[in-house]
Amino acid sequence: MLVVENLRKSFGGVSAMNGVSLNFEEGSLTAVIGPNGAGKTTFFNLVTGAFRPDSGRILLAGDDIAGLSPPEVVRRGVGRAFQIASVFPSLTVREAILGAVNAHRNWYARLVRRFPLRQAEPDADEVMELVKLDSRANTLSGNLSHGDQKLLDIALALALQPRVLLLDEPTAGMGTEERWQMIDTVHQLWQRKKMTLIFIEHDMDIVFKYAQSIRVLSYGTVLAEGQPDEVRRNPKVIEAYLGARYEGQPA
Amino acid sequence: MQRASVRRDLVVAAATLGILLALPLMFPGKSFSDFVIRLSAFAIFATSLNLLVGYAGLVSFGHGLFYGLGAYTFALSMQKLGTSIPVGFALTVVLSAAVAAVVGAICVRLKEIYFSFLTLAFQMLLHSIIIAWTPVTGGDQGLTGGLPRPPFLGIRLDDPQHLYVFCCVTLVVSLFLMWHLVQSPFGYTLRMIRDNPRRAAFLGIKVWRARLMVFIVAGIFGGIGGALMSLFVSSAYPDFAYWTISGEAVFMILLGGISVFFGPLVGAITLLLLNDVVTRVTDHYSLVLGIIILMFALGMRKGLLGLLVSLWKKRKDAATVKAAAAAGGD
Repeated sequence: MLVVENLRKSFGGVSAMNGVSLNFEEGSLTAVIGPNGAGKTTFFNLVTGAFRPDSGRILLAGDDIAGLSPPEVVRRGVGRAFQIASVFPSLTVREAILGAVNAHRNWYARLVRRFPLRQAEPDADEVMELVKLDSRANTLSGNLSHGDQKLLDIALALALQPRVLLLDEPTAGMGTEERWQMIDTVHQLWQRKKMTLIFIEHDMDIVFKYAQSIRVLSYGTVLAEGQPDEVRRNPKVIEAYLGARYEGQPA
Repeated sequence: MQRASVRRDLVVAAATLGILLALPLMFPGKSFSDFVIRLSAFAIFATSLNLLVGYAGLVSFGHGLFYGLGAYTFALSMQKLGTSIPVGFALTVVLSAAVAAVVGAICVRLKEIYFSFLTLAFQMLLHSIIIAWTPVTGGDQGLTGGLPRPPFLGIRLDDPQHLYVFCCVTLVVSLFLMWHLVQSPFGYTLRMIRDNPRRAAFLGIKVWRARLMVFIVAGIFGGIGGALMSLFVSSAYPDFAYWTISGEAVFMILLGGISVFFGPLVGAITLLLLNDVVTRVTDHYSLVLGIIILMFALGMRKGLLGLLVSLWKKRKDAATVKAAAAAGGD
């Protein structure tokens, strides 16, 4: 579904992405891990058009999307949620999601009808139910708890019916229990929507429990990739990132 | 969320217009009708600026560009081209839109402060042109000799009563159209862009295009405000394009409230009243105005109408809580 080939990007001479080639199968659930500064978020930024790669190809279902602007990439079916929840503080949850549905259907510049458009409502309600925010529908986004803002951020991306969904640390800044709830919600919506889901995660318990496969980045290169078991035993990964803790633990 | 109904708003607009037209029966003096006519120009102008500032998060310091442009376009088209009044307004709309498209295309991609200052620079450019191009614009004297106001469709704008009705209709129609815009899907897109342009872009919204669109709409209504004023004073002056006119619109928004659609209207009423009252009492109008603005900036950020709305919401919330407590009080 998503293939990147020999992706390179440097910022002022510092190489952030140094010839990365990765392949994400259609409908897969993949974790991207690696130490801080490994290039995980840069990778997301390159795929979604926030940065233009210096060289390399980004193929979405066979089409090269490298160099397109974020709105153009979104239109081709790549949704994204951010490490720090990115929402619209003065809109209610429902208004924001309806706005995202309008954006997806290209109704966002309509002037004739009043907001909310009736045709947008079923989609918005479905998305709210998927992320379990229906009880917060009329709460201002800015007044939501941190965890709910993260959910809303994901909901906004889901409203775009993405083929590929990129989640940058969905559990960042949460307590243990909240983390498991969050990843559970993410896992459920992946199962229901059958999309290609790629998430960045630092909690290895979560990664090894949920990810079908793992990509390890380090200093802008691919250190390892494969099934959780292979990655866990890979000596390079242990040395660079995991440390001794996960070595030889049973699956 | 209650679905806003166009039909209900049309009824409200028609009723408001009816009241406005009936008011001179209660206040027959010329000073009242002059007040409403000046108000129509400023309220349209300030509300159009608030489309940018309040709804799209585009803080323009140079919105007076369109006020001045509208005033001169209309006045020159009446005086030099000898067009009819509808053609004069049509030219105003077309030229305002065209200039807004060019200025907007240059400005809306810029970051906040650069946007603000570049819009101001364009306004001062127009002001300089007006001052320098004396043969056409009359330079710093403004246009002399008055505007011809040929009758059209039985409307004679040299008759004060007809002018009053015309300005009231223009005011209500303009505010209704802008109200409709902010209630449309596009209006909510603007709010999204104001809150978080980056997120909006990652939802597939072409941010700069939406900003350009609202900039053009605001420019058109800014121009209409200027045209009404030139119709009222039967001339056009370089002051209409000076930066202070943008400042006045900003004060009106500040006074009435940035976060409420009718804030600028309330602000325009307040500022014009202040102007009339204070100048009667003292020569130090600017000083009084400065103190009032300072008070608002420090203590009443929401503005008059904004404050009322938030108080009313609080009461309603309290009532809801009370009702819920009573319902669940077993």
